[in-house]
Amino acid sequence: MIGLKLENIEKTVGGKMHLTGINLNFAPDSLNILLGRTLAGKTSLLRLMAGLDKPSKGRIFINGKDVTGVSVRKRSVAMVYQQFINYPSMTVYKNIASALILKGMKKAERDHRVRETAKMLNIEKLLDRLPSELSGGQQQRVAIARALVKEAHLLLLDEPLANLDYKLREGLRAELRDIFERRESIVVYTTTEPTEALMLGGNIVVIDEGRVIQSGLTPEVYHNPATMKVAEVFSDPPINYMDASVNGKYLYIGKDIQVSLDGHLKGLSSGDYQVGIRSNHLFLKRKGANDVELKVRVELSEINGSQTITHVHHKDTSLVVLDEGIYPQKIGREIPVFVNPQVLFIFDSAGNLVASPGKDRLRWDVLKLAPDKKTAHM
Amino acid sequence: MATIQFNKVAHSYLRNPKGEFDYALKYINHSWDDGGAYALLGPSGCGKTTLLNIVSGLLIPSKGRVLYNDRDVTTLPPEKRNIAQVFQFPVLYDTMTVFNNLAFPLRNRGIPEEKVKKRALEVADLLDLTPFLNKRAAGLTADAKQKISLGRGLVRKDVSAILFDEPLTVIDPYLKWQLRRKLKEIHEQLKITFIYVTHDQVEAMTFADQVMVMNEGEILQVGTPQDLFENPEHTFVGYFIGSPGMNFILCTIEENKARFNGMQITLNEDLAERARTAKGKLELGIRPMYLEIHSQFLEGGIPGKIKTVEDQGTCKIVSLIVNDNILHARVSEGKPIPEKEAWLRFPPQRTKLFADGRLIQ
Repeated sequence: MIGLKLENIEKTVGGKMHLTGINLNFAPDSLNILLGRTLAGKTSLLRLMAGLDKPSKGRIFINGKDVTGVSVRKRSVAMVYQQFINYPSMTVYKNIASALILKGMKKAERDHRVRETAKMLNIEKLLDRLPSELSGGQQQRVAIARALVKEAHLLLLDEPLANLDYKLREGLRAELRDIFERRESIVVYTTTEPTEALMLGGNIVVIDEGRVIQSGLTPEVYHNPATMKVAEVFSDPPINYMDASVNGKYLYIGKDIQVSLDGHLKGLSSGDYQVGIRSNHLFLKRKGANDVELKVRVELSEINGSQTITHVHHKDTSLVVLDEGIYPQKIGREIPVFVNPQVLFIFDSAGNLVASPGKDRLRWDVLKLAPDKKTAHM
Repeated sequence: MATIQFNKVAHSYLRNPKGEFDYALKYINHSWDDGGAYALLGPSGCGKTTLLNIVSGLLIPSKGRVLYNDRDVTTLPPEKRNIAQVFQFPVLYDTMTVFNNLAFPLRNRGIPEEKVKKRALEVADLLDLTPFLNKRAAGLTADAKQKISLGRGLVRKDVSAILFDEPLTVIDPYLKWQLRRKLKEIHEQLKITFIYVTHDQVEAMTFADQVMVMNEGEILQVGTPQDLFENPEHTFVGYFIGSPGMNFILCTIEENKARFNGMQITLNEDLAERARTAKGKLELGIRPMYLEIHSQFLEGGIPGKIKTVEDQGTCKIVSLIVNDNILHARVSEGKPIPEKEAWLRFPPQRTKLFADGRLIQ
């Protein structure tokens, strides 16, 4: 097996479980996102891959070779942390070159590599400066350059953009995606943000409480979350859930909203369900003839410039409505919100996905969006 | 409660500032009404934290005066200004219980224990901290800790303003929503002046009634979230607000058309007339949300090539190449996107013009 393989990995620290039952394969030349909330186990997993920590159980293979006990120094790995880590007394040039100097690389080649990497990250004009003379975004670019220049087999990034400005993040995220695409390493990138995961694409591993709860192509997992938990971790704003039941020919949302079992809802057997509605699928205006209407009370209306986020109550369920455009609502008002039944996610009472909307269309999206060479091997 | 006023405030961190360039804050003349929710928004180094520190008294400005309710407080230290602050990282006593943390500022002022208890319980209730009152702060999550930090400010009934400096940085996205909502609810209920510093446009615009956009030590625009989005008065505001930011194209004007590289875009008659007499570098601007992309030839449209399509889940961001320009369009989920070639339409009522970076009104 070529690539990186994690087999039955478990990690306990002081009797506390940090990771358990981890079985993953990362193909050569692939981009992989680890998505999970804070403390889900993303960093613990990354540290095991790097060789910074040893697993309590299980084994790690690189290209078929067991490296479980091999230290980080003897592995071909580069890592970028959330906090920018550079040598404060060295110039940017020296910071980037340091790993190559340790390797004993010849000066001419080293110089070429440093300048090429600096150019890729738009810091070629800063090479003579000290890290303290740079902005946060520039410092993180230096840290990323230091990792990239090593051309390691395994490139690990632990929430590298978390400490950067909103606008810097937007720009650097797009650049990173292009850099990863041209890279011949296994890239593993952790994040808490669904949007960041979707923008980077590639493969995703969703982690929750130390376990892998789903993996696959990033857009495919987004559109087909296997469980309610996955949908929660992979939705921002949060996904809405409502009690529902199927009785004969109809799905009932709450008690009173009746929906015919058409399209992807066809064939649902009688019983209790949870309906999942992403916030951008609820609208303040009717969009189509088949939309069903929910009567809600406005709790709070938030505006972020191009979108309106309305927090509402339907009976005793809280819902979030995300609308493109600006529609401020007064607190306490009774208003209708609309949803097309063809976008509902249906989960059974154990929280497992039993129906998701428009798989065919989604598959087409996936084919179009996933870079050819980076198909999943999971 | 307080109205806060800046009277020709400027600040330099250098002892002998020479030119305008040496000033972190250049010239601030503005006032905040009592009970409003305000945000200071801008990139790192724009001067927003400097301005906040001048409001709180951590910093005395090199020039100008700061007034609270017409009283000059420019040189008063923070503890004499009746303000509370919530920082990026929670500031509280880790070893104390939540209750004792909330009670501390009151006990410190020698308020009778009876009253301390009543007030601490009220504030705990307001912030949904009641279940944790007897727990140590150390074991709580970041969002609970940040609520305690806020609670320590709210317990004092005479607090005139609460200043927030990037308070949600350490909070997970799914909790940010809840905390943001809580902050708005508290502001609605208490109507204390809230001032919120952030580099995150979503946080600023969600939180505040009035957003002040800053760059390089200057205020570029003050307005409601809608104003900033629909009518950015400066190209920087257009770029900084919205994700992705506004599209800009260098152009010239002929009759009622904006021209670039042999292409032409029809403008509003009024706008074109004003643009013909405007001086300086002309740029056309349009929000990605308003840029229409069509798969068929369109009268008055211009051709472009699809470069990339980014799925953000709730929408798609399409990058298009038009000559040397890269433009972005924001397309709702489920809407079809042409494969390679597209026709772009610039709705005249949504198309803006800027002369030397300033909006042609």
